[in-house]
Parts: sequence; structure tokens; C-alpha cells
Amino acid sequence: MAATKHTLVALVEDRPGVLNRVASLFRRRGFNIQSITVGHSETAGISRMTIVADGTNTSVEQVRKQLDKLVETIKVSDITAEDRVERELALIKVKSTSATRGEIIQIVDVFRANIVDVALDSLTVEVTGDENKMNSLLNLLQAFGIKEVCRTGKIAMTRGIVNPGESSRKQTASEE
Amino acid sequence: MKMTGGQIICDCLVKEGVDTIYGILGGAILPLYDTLPQFPQLHHILVRHEQCAAHAAEGYARATGKVGVCFATSGPGATNLVTGIANAYLDSTAMVAITGQVARRFIGKDAFQEIDITGITLPITKHNYLVRDGAQLAKVMKEAFYIARTGRPGPVLIDVPKDVFTEQVEYHSPGKVDLPNFKPTMKGHPAQIQKAAKMINEARKPVIIAGRGVIISNASPELKELAEKSQIPVVTTLLGISSFPESHVLSYRWIGMHGMGYANMAVNNADLVIAIGMRFDDRATAEVSGFASHAKIIHIDIDPAEIGKNVPVDVPIVGDVKAVLGPLNKLVEAAQRGEWLKQLDDWRREHPSTDIRETSSILPQYVINQIYHNTNGDATIVTGVGQQQMWAAQHYTYNHPNTFISSGGLGTMGFGLPAAVGVKMGRPEGTVWLIDGDGSFQMTLHELATIQQEKLNIKIAIMNNGFLGMVRQWQELFHGKRYVATPLWGPDFVKLAEAYGIAAVKVRRKDEVIPAIQQAMSYDGPFLIDFGVEPEENVYPMVPPGASLSQFLEMPRKEEALWPQRSTL
Ligand SMILES: Cc1ncc(C[n+]2csc(CCOP(=O)(O)OP(=O)(O)O)c2C)c(N)n1
Repeated sequence: MAATKHTLVALVEDRPGVLNRVASLFRRRGFNIQSITVGHSETAGISRMTIVADGTNTSVEQVRKQLDKLVETIKVSDITAEDRVERELALIKVKSTSATRGEIIQIVDVFRANIVDVALDSLTVEVTGDENKMNSLLNLLQAFGIKEVCRTGKIAMTRGIVNPGESSRKQTASEE
Repeated sequence: MKMTGGQIICDCLVKEGVDTIYGILGGAILPLYDTLPQFPQLHHILVRHEQCAAHAAEGYARATGKVGVCFATSGPGATNLVTGIANAYLDSTAMVAITGQVARRFIGKDAFQEIDITGITLPITKHNYLVRDGAQLAKVMKEAFYIARTGRPGPVLIDVPKDVFTEQVEYHSPGKVDLPNFKPTMKGHPAQIQKAAKMINEARKPVIIAGRGVIISNASPELKELAEKSQIPVVTTLLGISSFPESHVLSYRWIGMHGMGYANMAVNNADLVIAIGMRFDDRATAEVSGFASHAKIIHIDIDPAEIGKNVPVDVPIVGDVKAVLGPLNKLVEAAQRGEWLKQLDDWRREHPSTDIRETSSILPQYVINQIYHNTNGDATIVTGVGQQQMWAAQHYTYNHPNTFISSGGLGTMGFGLPAAVGVKMGRPEGTVWLIDGDGSFQMTLHELATIQQEKLNIKIAIMNNGFLGMVRQWQELFHGKRYVATPLWGPDFVKLAEAYGIAAVKVRRKDEVIPAIQQAMSYDGPFLIDFGVEPEENVYPMVPPGASLSQFLEMPRKEEALWPQRSTL
């Protein structure tokens, strides 16, 4: 079975060492984590992680179950097949001269990104979006010379139910 | 009430029903040891290496069904525990390890004997704690025992800084454990149980594979009921040995790399495999692509992560074995499976798997078989790792639950002697035999001192072949007989035992075997026998690496005649 990119969401207790435990499990089962983000959830004391990793469906399911066994995890779901909203934030410091500045600003506007710092020889762009948007913008800015990039890694959330009839389709046979 | 951290730990241990602790002290844990005399209910056994503290705690836990407890000091004491903790993790043994840590103000400073033991043991514990606040101790202790024993058992480590042992805190005996996210499923899902029963009732050639989960769950009676009611043949994994009486007509003993040929064939020809409390370890399944390829699989296990991990299953049932088999047995109908059982009996006749050749030299198989006869099959057998472990599994017949104690998952040489210490502590009235290899024994032989210090009546049989035998066998079969680093010099084990004050005899002639075993049995105290056995004997059957279960090699027929009857049944 081919490895594909999976997006997992984990709700975990906000305690020292938890991130270590989660990351260690992925390493131990031979997974490469592409990105991992951690932050507060809607409940005090509970953090939410979004983990993007490559793996086959069965091996990801194995990691999900192992994660679920950690005493500090509340819930882990693989939302790869779900309808979801995904966002990432990036800061991009791109080379600029008085000659190119205008063109860069135009591109940034088209992407509805923001210029957050202006210097003599560079502009710093803040952009939010999904992976495609990030990559397209980065591609375009490449032509001007990129000095630094900082990406947060993806955060993700399944969409709310619009049509109640829709939801049953998604229910997995989760007897076990 | 105000108490010190050390007193709180001891009080919690007593409340958890602990009576025996294995360990070695040192600076960081000294204050805890200092409080031990205030708790005479806690018997501390001083071992000679912390690895053995963990193995002994495991032996004790496996013999009694209680949580094993070991202590070690910070740094090297803690790192020495690691192998023993890993062993308990892979064999699902409930254990709580308490380690001393440097005082809080030194943590993170690379202080003397400071090591990040919670970091090191992260992947080999069910959970671990570094307790930075004495007020948390009681809660942590309660949780640790609960986690260690609940669901699939396993080790939990608690690292306690030296000054937390001496910290005076208000002590309230903790109430119920509150771990909302740790709730193992005990009862099987009724719909799944129904599906399984239907499958069993419709199967023509079913086989039960019973694992250590049956023993942990005390479910031997339920297993027997299921097998008898539906006339299903039973095989076990290595660690499932003794979960089902091996003399029972429905027993076809055990499967795996060195399992019975006929048992392996049963699995690979079955139309239904009912896997109970086992985890499809590669030593049990051999090449998975060829494992039970004609069978539908029902998998009963308490650990959801084991479902579908190595082998895809048709009907998973997550739950405690006993709690699942109870209702399942009610739905299973009585059946007759004469033809299938006759097929298995034929295979057993064609591939007896445990014949012992008639030789003038001493065969280890013969020695073990004689230990079986001379103990009336009533002993608990503890083993080292290697050929002798496999022969101990093959040539002793296990009819009483939980009487075979061996390192399965980790395959830890040196497990035997310290584990036997724990087993004997747990079964003071029982007969305990250690069957060990000269290599394995030399890894932890210093525990003879512990045995002597505690006056433990353990019988020790060393199968002395002058080789790291199992590896030598692989070199012989798969590496052109190049015996690199497997010839093994050993001390005079009899003199060695005597140096520890332990009675011992050397056996070099076949006619001395039975008298030596009888002498050991009648001797009131520990007794060691050094059996000089055939040096290049191989373990058969053997499924070579990469082959499927039913492609086992059998003992090459040598000139010597076979014994007239099968040795172990
Ligand atoms: C701690 C450890 N180191 C190495 C091994 C690899 N190993 C497996 S069996 C074996 C030989 C065991 O020799 P011995 O105890 O003399 O038993 P025999 O096979 O001769 O019965 C070795 C070295 C192991 N299982 N455990």
C-alpha cells in the first residue's frame, strides 16, 4: 500500500512531556512528521495538536491507536478523509529593491497577504492559507529571491454540518 | 496528617497490597530506604544488579498476578533497570519501578548520577512520572498501580527526587483514581461476540490460538469450556503455554518457530482461527503472508492497538479475555469435529516433533523430560533464553495454568535466575526449577547470592553445552558453520555454587541424570546441577526465517534409533 499524507488531530492534556510522548510514538513506528502544531483548545488544560505525517492507511491507523493509549490523550482522529478547513501561517522575507517593490506588493495583494515589515533591501510578507496557496505564493516570490521562510505547519478542523443528512455518510463503522 | 514523601510511598505500597520489593539502594533513594523499617509489612530483597530487581519483580508479578515492585537509585541504578522494564513491557507484566532522582534544585544540571530516566523509559513504559511535588505523591502512586494492572498490564516508572522523599507534606489517602482518558475496554461488544459465535458455529476446521492474555486474565476455565463445548483444537503461543492443559485431548501444544509441526499445520490448514489474548508475534506466526491463509480470523484482545497490527482480522473483539469468553461460550453450540481432529492426530503421528533420540551422551531434551517425570509435572519452570528455553517448552508437559515463565518478547538472556527468585517468593510452597543455558546463566549468576541470602529453595539445571547454543545453531544452519564468538568458556559451576554456599553436582554421564534430579528434589534448599550436554544439538522443529509456519524443518534422522514412544505425552 502506498504512503500518503495524513492529517491527524489529537486532543491531549496540557502537561510537561506530552509533546515528547506523541512525537516519540511517531518516530518509534517509523513515521516522518511533516509538521506538528500545538496550541490551546476550547477547553482549559487541553491542548490540540495537528500532525501531518506520511504513511499507509493501516500504519497510520496503528499509530492512531497507539496514541490513543497514552494516558494523557483524550482523542485522536485521522481527518484525512473528512471535509475540513486547513490553514497555515507563513512569514516570508523576500529581497526587494525600489524597482521590484511595487511588483511584489501587487502579488501580495492578489494573495490577500500582508506586508508586515519593510526594509531597504527586503519585505516581510505574512500569509495565511492552505497548502496550495502557500506554495503558489512562494513560487512566485522565488523569482525575487527569498531570504527566510518560517511556516507554522498546518492546523486543521473538520467542517460543521451544513446538511444534516450528509453526516451519516461519514460515520465510520467504529464498533471497535 | 503530615508525613514525609518516603512514608507516603511506603504507606501507599502497603495499601496497594505490596509485600515484597526488589532493589538496590544508593544516594538518591537512601531516604526512602530509611523509612522502610517503619513498614515491617514490606519485605525488601537486596539483589546484586538492578536488572535483576526488575526481572525478580516480574517473576513475582507473573507468579502471583500482583503488581511487581522494584527500587533503584538515580543514574546507573535507574539505567540498569532498563532491560528489566523493557522485558516487562513486551511480555505485558504489571510492574511499578520507583527510582531515586537527584534533588530538585540539581535537575537539569547534569548533577552527579543524574540521568533522564523518564526520557529513557518513555517507549518502554505504559506511563511514567517525575514527581516534582511531594503533595502529588499519593495520587501518582495510586495512578501508577492502577495503570500498571488495568487493561493490558505493563510497567510504570516513578522517578522521585531525593528531597521529595524527605519533604513533609499533608497526606490524604487518595480516593478513587481519576483518569478520564485511561479507560480500557473490558467487556466485548455484544454484536461482535455474536458474529464470532456464528463464525465458530459455522466453521468446519477451527483452531484456537491461546496467548498469555488467557493466563493474565485467569481465563483457563473459560478457554477449556469453549474448546470442549465446540470440540475446537487448542494450540498456544510460547507465552500461552500452560493456559490450556497440554495433556488434554484437544491440546496440540504450541506453535511458532520451534513449535510443534502438527500445531503449525493445524493453523495453516484451519478455516477459522480464534486468536485469544495473543498478538501475532513474528516468532509465533512465522512469515505472515503465509500465516493461516485459508482461515477467517477472530481476534480477542484487550489492547485495541493489537487488532490488525500484524495480521488483518475478520472479527475483532476488544476486551478482557475472561469477560469475552463468558458470553461467547453461551452462544457457541456443541459440535462434533471428528474428521478435523483425526486429521490433526494424523499430522501429529507423522510429525511428532518432540521425539528424543536414544544416545549415550546426555541430550538436553532428555534431561528436561526427566525433570518433568521426576516433578510429576507439578513444578513451575523458569527458563533462560536460547535452545534450552525451547527445549524446556517442548519437553516438559504443562498441565497447570501459569507454570511456564520465560522471557518471550524481549528474549532476555539472564532473565532466568532473577525471575526464579521472584517466582519462588511468590510461590514459596511450590517447586521451582530454573532451566538455564550456560550463556544465559553467566549473565546474571551473581543472583546466587540473593538466593543464598534469602534462603530460597530453587532448583537450578544448567544445560551446559559450551556454546551460545541458539546462535551456534543459526551459524551451523545459515552461516556455513562459521562459529564466530559462540564457543563459550565457563567456570566450574559446582565450585561456583559452593562459593555461594549452594549445594551442587556435576553430571557428565547419562546414568547420573536421574539420581542428580532426585537428589536436588530431596535436598532442602537451593540446589544446582551442571549437566554437560551434547554440545552441538539443534532445536527442531524449526521454521527457517522467511518460511511460513507449515514449512518447518524436522530433526534430520540420524543412525540412532528413536525412542519407542513419544517423550512428552
Ligand atoms: C541479553 C542477550 N544477548 C544476546 C542474545 C542473543 N542470543 C539469543 S540465544 C543466545 C545464546 C544463548 O546461549 P545459552 O544461554 O548458553 O543457551 P543455549 O542456546 O546454549 O541453550 C544468544 C547469545 C539475547 N537473546 N539476549
